[in-house]
Amino acid sequence: MNLAVASHPGFLSPTGVEITFVLVGLITLGAALVTVTTKQLVHAALWLVVALGGLAVEYLLLTAEFIAWVQVLIYVGSVVVLLLFGLMMTKAPIGRSPDADSDNRWTALAVAVLAAATLVWVVVDAFRSTWVSLGGAAQGSTEVTGEFLFRQWVLPFEALSVLLLAALVGAIVLSRRDSRER
Amino acid sequence: MTLTSLAVLAPLLPFLAAVVVLVSGRSAPAFVRPLAVLPTLAAFALTVVVAVRQGTGPATDAGMRLTPTGSVPIDLALHLDGFSVLIAVLVGLVATCVQIYSTGYLRDDPRYASYSAMVSLFTAAMLTVVYSGDLIMLLVGWEVMGICSYFLVGHYWETSEARDASLKAFLTTKLGDVPFLIGLFALAGETGTFRINGILTGVYAGQIHHPTLIALLLLAGVAGKSAQFPLHTWLPDAMAGPTPVSALIHAATMVAAGVYFVARLLPLFELSAAAMATLAVMAAITMIGSALAALAQDDIKRVLAYSTIGQLGYMMGALAVGNRSSAVFHLLTHGAFKALLFLGAGVVIHAAGTNSLAAMSRMRDLRTRVPDAMWTMGVGLAALAAIPPLSGFFSKESILRAAEHAAGGHQGGVPSAVGWTVLVAALLTAPLTGAYATRLFLLAFRGSGGAAPAPHRVPVVMNTVLWVLAIPSVALGVAVGALPKWFDGTALTPTLATAVLGAGLALIGVLLTYAAWRVAASRAVPLTAVAAGPAPGTLTAPASTARPGTAAPAPEAAPAPDTTPAPDAAPPPDTAPPEAAGAPAPEKASAPETSSAPEKPSAPEASTAPEKASAPQKLPAPETRAETAAIEAAQAAAVAAATGEPAATEAAAIAAHPVVYGDIAGAADPADPGRLLLGPLHRHAAHGFHLDAVYSALFVRPVTAAASLVRFLDREVVETYVSAAAGTPRVLGALVRRAQTGNVQTYLSVLLAGSLVLAAVAVLVAGA
Amino acid sequence: MHLAYPAVLAVLLFCVGLYGVLARRNAILVLMSVELMLNAVNLNLVAFDVWLRDTLHAGQALTLFTITIAAAEIGIGLSIVLLVHRNRGTADVDKLTDLTDTGTEPGFDSGSASMAPTTDNSVESATDQALPAGGQTA
Repeated sequence: MNLAVASHPGFLSPTGVEITFVLVGLITLGAALVTVTTKQLVHAALWLVVALGGLAVEYLLLTAEFIAWVQVLIYVGSVVVLLLFGLMMTKAPIGRSPDADSDNRWTALAVAVLAAATLVWVVVDAFRSTWVSLGGAAQGSTEVTGEFLFRQWVLPFEALSVLLLAALVGAIVLSRRDSRER
Repeated sequence: MTLTSLAVLAPLLPFLAAVVVLVSGRSAPAFVRPLAVLPTLAAFALTVVVAVRQGTGPATDAGMRLTPTGSVPIDLALHLDGFSVLIAVLVGLVATCVQIYSTGYLRDDPRYASYSAMVSLFTAAMLTVVYSGDLIMLLVGWEVMGICSYFLVGHYWETSEARDASLKAFLTTKLGDVPFLIGLFALAGETGTFRINGILTGVYAGQIHHPTLIALLLLAGVAGKSAQFPLHTWLPDAMAGPTPVSALIHAATMVAAGVYFVARLLPLFELSAAAMATLAVMAAITMIGSALAALAQDDIKRVLAYSTIGQLGYMMGALAVGNRSSAVFHLLTHGAFKALLFLGAGVVIHAAGTNSLAAMSRMRDLRTRVPDAMWTMGVGLAALAAIPPLSGFFSKESILRAAEHAAGGHQGGVPSAVGWTVLVAALLTAPLTGAYATRLFLLAFRGSGGAAPAPHRVPVVMNTVLWVLAIPSVALGVAVGALPKWFDGTALTPTLATAVLGAGLALIGVLLTYAAWRVAASRAVPLTAVAAGPAPGTLTAPASTARPGTAAPAPEAAPAPDTTPAPDAAPPPDTAPPEAAGAPAPEKASAPETSSAPEKPSAPEASTAPEKASAPQKLPAPETRAETAAIEAAQAAAVAAATGEPAATEAAAIAAHPVVYGDIAGAADPADPGRLLLGPLHRHAAHGFHLDAVYSALFVRPVTAAASLVRFLDREVVETYVSAAAGTPRVLGALVRRAQTGNVQTYLSVLLAGSLVLAAVAVLVAGA
Repeated sequence: MHLAYPAVLAVLLFCVGLYGVLARRNAILVLMSVELMLNAVNLNLVAFDVWLRDTLHAGQALTLFTITIAAAEIGIGLSIVLLVHRNRGTADVDKLTDLTDTGTEPGFDSGSASMAPTTDNSVESATDQALPAGGQTA
């Protein structure tokens, strides 16, 4: 926003949106961490709901309303349900399972921490003095989204529907038991 | 047709025939015989026409550029003069005779097609050599002859003798050919051309700066090809080939190629007195040594082989004294009578079933069995011994005359010592030649004792060819007056002194041998004493392996050769162990009824020694049986080859000879006049003065030792490196394999860590 | 709003997902971690779209597409995991090590190859036998 840009707020001059963003971000990050570290498989899925929901809130704060609702609908609504069904169908144990992490975990930790350090360094270095103006008309209201999606992006959109159809058929073919062979 | 195209056609016809036979011989065997004989005959006719049309006129030269090589060009060139056209006629004649003879001699041979193709190819190559006007063309023919000789000597490759002999012939001639090739290049390098005429022009113009080196290099090749000392040892062994091959290649033509080559390039050799002296010494040693060796051989073909070496020595001697007319004259006459002698020897071996003179001398009826061979060989041997008025006399006298001329210092460019060397050696060889010729004749045709055991009919073509070849052997001497016009113009007629001297010495040799034969015949011992006592089992092996197709009755013949020592068999006591006598007792009873049935009537007559006479008729005494056994052993294949094919007989005879006599060359026969004449020298002469042993000690053993050293190095040193080179990657691979856990997460971790490092590096580099 | 906040949050979420992908044993948990990584990317896309004020709104459009593709991916992935579980009696990623180089002939690996299907009947029986054990361990 012009005003914000013109006033040159300092690096540590949090507005309400920023504070909210950071707090929700911390919650999201914590939920994500619990998701990848918990020993209880079903809990992992539930903590994933928290993380994804937190992300939806972040989308809202970034004025991308439509995407926030899509996030809630698809991720929280369907994907997590799907994952829970998957857990059940693979007879995942309820309760703590001590071997939820593989032997690879220390390598993974090292790689992840190093990657995080590198990326954070790079990102902070690059966007140290960049501000996002969140004022004015919402960037991702349903109206705006509908316009750009069906004006400029209609062909990829339709192609994506074909992809979804293919994924649907593929999932069915993969998971059904072949009655002929039985 | 022009003279040139006729001369091109002469080698081309046999070459095409050889190609056609090689390609189609297996599928159309009926055409092999005409394809073998007719093109060769046509080539003979062409050579005659070429000779007539060329006549005594000036030399004809024709050529076309074959390859611009950048430095010395190679031409397809012809050079026709008196020398080349007459030698071509000889080649054509002998080749035709040999092809016709072979149709009878190898009539049942399964490999006749390839054999005849090789002979045709050889004919083409020899005609190429003779007509060629370019050294590279000559070399091509020269090497093709070498490879044909290899294949033909190894024709009976079932026998180890033939295999060894073919390899030896090939390697020995190649040993000479390497320096020969270098010499050719050096020659071309100095004169700038491969054309013989150009080279001779260069010689006269003084372009040759290293005549001795070039001449000696060329002489090495000539010595290998023409079987001169010290590269002659392959020729006696090459007698393992079929007799017609020996006649064509190893007597009449190929070995004469070296002589012809020196004759063509004689002006070059005359530039170097050292080369001429080397040639003379080589010729002298060859002449005398080979004549002595010929006197001691037991194999009839080896006698002729050593004789060939000696006669080639004569030709070389003539060249050493700078007289190529007499050398080529002797080449012509020798080609005729030596081909005759070899072909006759083939007939005799066929009739006698053995190639051993010791065995032949115990056969009473060879002279009646093969009268044609006896008469023609008699003529040939007389020509060989230079008895007037046969052709050999005139040619040899021309050499003696040339040597005497040079000894007197009348030949320009030839030191008189060279002349003396050749003259003395030739005169010394003359009685020896007479001696071995006489010995051969007496032993082969004046034998006494049992009948020859293989009553096969001699094919008509073989006898016919003998008479055809007898004509030039007798009559070529009359050309002595006309030949100088074809050649250099040097007179070839004998002079009184050398004629009397030469003929007299030859006659002395003949008479001495006859006397020795009479003396030796009185001490004849049974052949058992001569035979070196083979083990019963080993004897049948060569007979059955020689001709796999025809050896069916061989097992019946097998039990015969049990080697009971005769009471007087003192000379080889160690070779006939007593237990060998008792061991084959069961066979002894069955043998007379089954195997030796055809020979049985002849067995009592065979016993000339007094103690054999008392042997009972029905069950022969061990000694008598042993005697027949030895003959029979040598002729096992003669019995075995029910078809009576001559070549099969010969192959088996050659294979059996070392088994029976313990040696491929000699036989310890006290009735041999050669033994009497040579005295203590006989043992050495029989083995070619141990030259093979010397070579074995000098070259073969060091090479074998070096080979074993190399093998050691290869096994122990190189292989260590190799296995280390193989082991290191294996260890490394085992290390790397441990990373391949199959766990996708591990892979992914490593992948991401790697990309992380790359990204960090990229950032750092960009930041820096 | 400072752009570093969403960017850093995305980076951290991505690395958490990365850790999950590399460290989790159960295939479904791996899929969850993949979802986390995808969402981190989505957050990035949305943040940059808002920052750049793109007239085409490419970032938001791509986010929508990514969500769709993630849904498709989770469907296919889950069906694959189900198939693996049905065939092998386990959904543990580090037990699917058929590609191990044992240094011996391929196909005679001692552990996992014995569970490899040969026919459907044997698959079923193997599944039935392996199910109780898999149910306790997985």
